[in-house]
Amino acid sequence: MGLFLETLIGGLLAGTMYSLVAIGFVLIYKASGVFNYAQGSLLLFAALTFVTLHEKGLSFPAALAATVVVLIAAALLIERWVLRPLANRTQITLFMATLGLSFVVEGISQGLMGAEVHSLDLGIDDVPVFIGGLMFSQFDAVAAATAAVLVTVLALLFNKTRIGVSLRAVADDTRAALSLGINLNRIWQIVWAVAGVVGLVAGMLWGARQGVQFSLSFVVLKALPVLIIGGFTSIGGAIAGGLIVGASETLAEAYLGPYIGGGITPWFAYFLAIAFLYVRPAGLFGERTIDRV
Amino acid sequence: MSQLLAPPADFTGLSALLNHPAPIVLHQRRWHGPLVALVLAAVLLPTVANEYWLSAILVPFLILSLSGLGLNLLTGYTGQTSVGSAGFMAVGAFATYALLVRVPVLPLPVSILLGGLIAAAVGLLFGVPSGRIKGFYLMVTSLAAQFFLEWVFSKFPWFYNYGSSGTISAPHLEVAGFNLNTPAGKYGLVLVFVLALTWVAVNLVRSQTGRNWMAIRDMDTAAAVVGIPVYRYKLLAFAVSSFYLGIAGALWAFAYLGSASAQSFGITRSFQILFIIIIGGMGSIAGNFVGAAFISLLPLLLDTLGQNLFAGHVDAGLLQNIQKVIFGGLIIWFLIKEPDGLVRILSSIKERLALWPLRL
Repeated sequence: MGLFLETLIGGLLAGTMYSLVAIGFVLIYKASGVFNYAQGSLLLFAALTFVTLHEKGLSFPAALAATVVVLIAAALLIERWVLRPLANRTQITLFMATLGLSFVVEGISQGLMGAEVHSLDLGIDDVPVFIGGLMFSQFDAVAAATAAVLVTVLALLFNKTRIGVSLRAVADDTRAALSLGINLNRIWQIVWAVAGVVGLVAGMLWGARQGVQFSLSFVVLKALPVLIIGGFTSIGGAIAGGLIVGASETLAEAYLGPYIGGGITPWFAYFLAIAFLYVRPAGLFGERTIDRV
Repeated sequence: MSQLLAPPADFTGLSALLNHPAPIVLHQRRWHGPLVALVLAAVLLPTVANEYWLSAILVPFLILSLSGLGLNLLTGYTGQTSVGSAGFMAVGAFATYALLVRVPVLPLPVSILLGGLIAAAVGLLFGVPSGRIKGFYLMVTSLAAQFFLEWVFSKFPWFYNYGSSGTISAPHLEVAGFNLNTPAGKYGLVLVFVLALTWVAVNLVRSQTGRNWMAIRDMDTAAAVVGIPVYRYKLLAFAVSSFYLGIAGALWAFAYLGSASAQSFGITRSFQILFIIIIGGMGSIAGNFVGAAFISLLPLLLDTLGQNLFAGHVDAGLLQNIQKVIFGGLIIWFLIKEPDGLVRILSSIKERLALWPLRL
């Protein structure tokens, strides 16, 4: 029983890392209807920029601030060169554009900052801690706490500020928002910048865990089933989805894996997602759509 | 005067035409000269092309075109987005290998066709959720297929005949006593499959099946309302698409790579095939060939350019990243400027040339 609980808690904590990646997705999908495949590359770009600046001698806060500035600039460029020319196109076209974007961002990140693995020390020891006789990772606990803080900040941003209100207006009904005089392009810029910063946080945590390197951009593939389970439009869903995926994946690998050869994590979450979709075709928290002819 | 009032000479012919309405011409017969010339050129090519061009450029180009064709039937014609193409290619490759090794009496083309059928069955299985799941959510099914199949073919030694390296390689390529283990032989094998399957696809998309697929792509609810069995045709699209991909996979493993492993059919291959149909043109047969040519020639072009322009100044890694940026940029540019792909650009050039002296 102790082992089961430890596995479960470890999985839940790891799941918050998935949620962090998924939240960046949800933000962009809600505001602009773009299924942003490039979120993984942006995460790599953000983490790589931070690490490179930090290694060049900038202090931790200075490097962080500089990276945020770079991410805002990137959001402005993406909005101007990719989103604006593709406005009113089908979702599938936008998705494919983000595929192209991911190539550009990956090429630029690695071309400018190199392909070697950077280690990132956030000053958190990855040591096991014991609480009530159960062992879990201190690092995972910090990551979970960071996710909680981030979500609180985002919730405040969306619910208490003018920007947040107009953002929700755009998500709710783009045309109505436009007719009220809300600047759609500005909203896109803001949302991509915020998604970039969320990516930075996620990238730093993932990077501290497995090194800042190219494979970071593949966490996007981890976030997809999380999104499916939680629905594309709900931040709460992204968190729930991350926890469900994290926990079930770890449990499956521990209890089911040995019987079928192990190494099942790459696809297990996807099958879980399909199972969820059978019951709820728009995710747990997604909005149901009605088809009209 | 009377001459002017006289009925025109072909009056009787005209009335006959009016009384017997002409059959509705669904497809106008076009002049196939250029196409025939192209096919002839492809057939005669081995006599002039050197071995490098045959085995390193033309063979992968043809196989990628075939994979694009497979994906285009599903995504471009039926509207079901898939990013698991390489997974189904792997099924074709590993199934053909199993048949070649375990049932050696079967001739090579039969093994490849059966491999394609097995891929079709697996594709059908992964198409089942399409009855309930749509759009981006469905894409996840294809990703599940991709990762699951990759895992299966690297985890269970039965599939690679218990070899230590996990790779499969064709025992011998031979059809009716002809040894195909030469660049020209492999090219011939690939060309025959590609031509035959392209011909089938051209006719398939013009048939009732193709029309139903396009109706589903354009709006599946409306298609259901007019009485098209949507689910059945979606499943058929998954099966046919996987059949094409399976054959492409077998050819990729045995006629191009020589030996392959599950890693040869990773997710990057799936994306490559998706790019072929975006760049070439969704819902177009010729587009697959144009897109595949673009995808296989662009890296070569950039390589040559890079070596001539910055020879020695820039290291290979940076060059590769520059290629990546150009490639991604081109995809975005295509989507913005010409969402129907290169094929649309080519046909508008053709139209302009036809009108040339009058208007440009």
